[in-house]
Amino acid sequence: MSSITTREAPRGFSFSEYMTCLAGIVWREGLRFLHQRERFVSALVRPLVWLFIFAAGFRQVLGISIIPPYETYILYEVYIAPGLMAMIQLFNGMQSSLSMVYDREMGNMRTLLVSPLPRGFLLFCKLLAGTAVSLLQVYAFLLIAWFWDITPPPSGYLTVLPALILSGLMLGSLGMLISSGIKQLENFAGVMNFVIFPMFFASSALYPLWRVQEGSPYLYYLCEANPFTHAVELIRFALYGQINWVSLAVVAVCTTVFMIGAILAYDPSRGLARRGPAGGEG
Amino acid sequence: MTSPAPIAEQRETRPDPAGAPALSIDGISHSYGPRRALTDVSFNVPPASFTALLGLNGAGKSTLFSLITRLFGIQSGRVSIFGHDVSRAPGEALRLLGVVFQPRTLDLDLSLTQNLLYHAALHGIGRREAASRSAELLGRIGLADRAASKVRDLSGGQMRRLEIARALLHRPRLLLLDEPTVGLDVKARADIIGHVRQLVTEQGIGVLWATHLFDEILPGDDLVVLHQGKVLAQGPMARVVAEAGAQDVNTAFMRLTGAQTMPGGGA
Repeated sequence: MSSITTREAPRGFSFSEYMTCLAGIVWREGLRFLHQRERFVSALVRPLVWLFIFAAGFRQVLGISIIPPYETYILYEVYIAPGLMAMIQLFNGMQSSLSMVYDREMGNMRTLLVSPLPRGFLLFCKLLAGTAVSLLQVYAFLLIAWFWDITPPPSGYLTVLPALILSGLMLGSLGMLISSGIKQLENFAGVMNFVIFPMFFASSALYPLWRVQEGSPYLYYLCEANPFTHAVELIRFALYGQINWVSLAVVAVCTTVFMIGAILAYDPSRGLARRGPAGGEG
Repeated sequence: MTSPAPIAEQRETRPDPAGAPALSIDGISHSYGPRRALTDVSFNVPPASFTALLGLNGAGKSTLFSLITRLFGIQSGRVSIFGHDVSRAPGEALRLLGVVFQPRTLDLDLSLTQNLLYHAALHGIGRREAASRSAELLGRIGLADRAASKVRDLSGGQMRRLEIARALLHRPRLLLLDEPTVGLDVKARADIIGHVRQLVTEQGIGVLWATHLFDEILPGDDLVVLHQGKVLAQGPMARVVAEAGAQDVNTAFMRLTGAQTMPGGGA
């Protein structure tokens, strides 16, 4: 008893406590991901279908002129690879954020949220962990794509990393913000139709924007305003060791805004209350 | 003459963790939209005590737990843990708190040790310290030889014991358990109750044990009767029973709530 009553409660948290917490959350997310093989496979199959089937069929239809960061004529497959990398992150961000807000992972969110560290920091760690998982998916995709003649300079695999971290955070926090904001969101299909598809198609992922501009100036402006376009361009340039400053600025600002919004809007009672008085109350 | 002054001063300037109750619930009300879940709930859990929160399903026990653990924002009233307000100083409050929620919250595909290490990391406990505490706690709950097994392969009772071990990993001084024995067989129930009571007597931990099973409460326990979001009675069990003019908790509860039958009630 005496050791309990005399112990003074410590104040605040040290830097190493924050880092331990961050490392633990990322470590757990990685372990869980490795155990969910189906999730890994489906995350890989999606972009590979685009690469192997769509790009192969589309290659004859769409010629790509020499545009930065490319220095030669490139195959269509090479053009859409960064877009597919961003698509992996888009799906991953939406999926992990949705499960964070809704019931599926609620038990785990309880465990996370009773940590004494500040809630904003915990959510940030969770987003970073989701991003880390998306990195595993993206690099696995790049490995397979390499055999499909998508061969960026070797240093590109390293220079693209910071870009991927930033875009992963942006898309993850966007997912979290959306899932906090929409009340009657019953399943993933709704997000696919209203968020993922429009974001993906109205971007530079599948076609260069100068091509879009020829067809429809309005669509061009829409694509330019789409943060996903800038995530794609940031990744595309970084993969070839270059920085697209405009895209970097847009992605950085969007990440900050989405993340602050997502943390402020996060309300765990929503996921819990949905279970209703019959099931959740004890 | 001079000595009492500094003490009084000290008491005023900062909450004294040594003198504060382990858990203080003060005037808590909570609504889900138009539906009232809790109305002006107040009670204390002293350190080194076993307090039973008795109520039927839907009485508001889980809502109260969600408020204490700051999963829900507090709408009105105040919750503090050893004098630390959960809303204003959540870090200090949650640090002293261990929780076992009613739904299982373990990662089924991870091993026992991995589950414990994850929890330790959430509390900022370094890897080496976490590993030694995990091994020690697994030994105490008799699951040391299962450390590397997946949680999925454990029985319900073993999972609960693991959850209790996990809740103790950061050495809290208040332990909340929300119907921890639901769905367990007689032996597993007895094991868990025995283990938690031991924590109270041996380690001086304050325990709040939510239940709807009357036979889990002993005469020496503190009792809080929660019904339809309101506290109907509180105090030492013997006194609550006597004041209701009853012989046992079961009858006392029925008289207090006016209930006819006891759905799901034990013994």
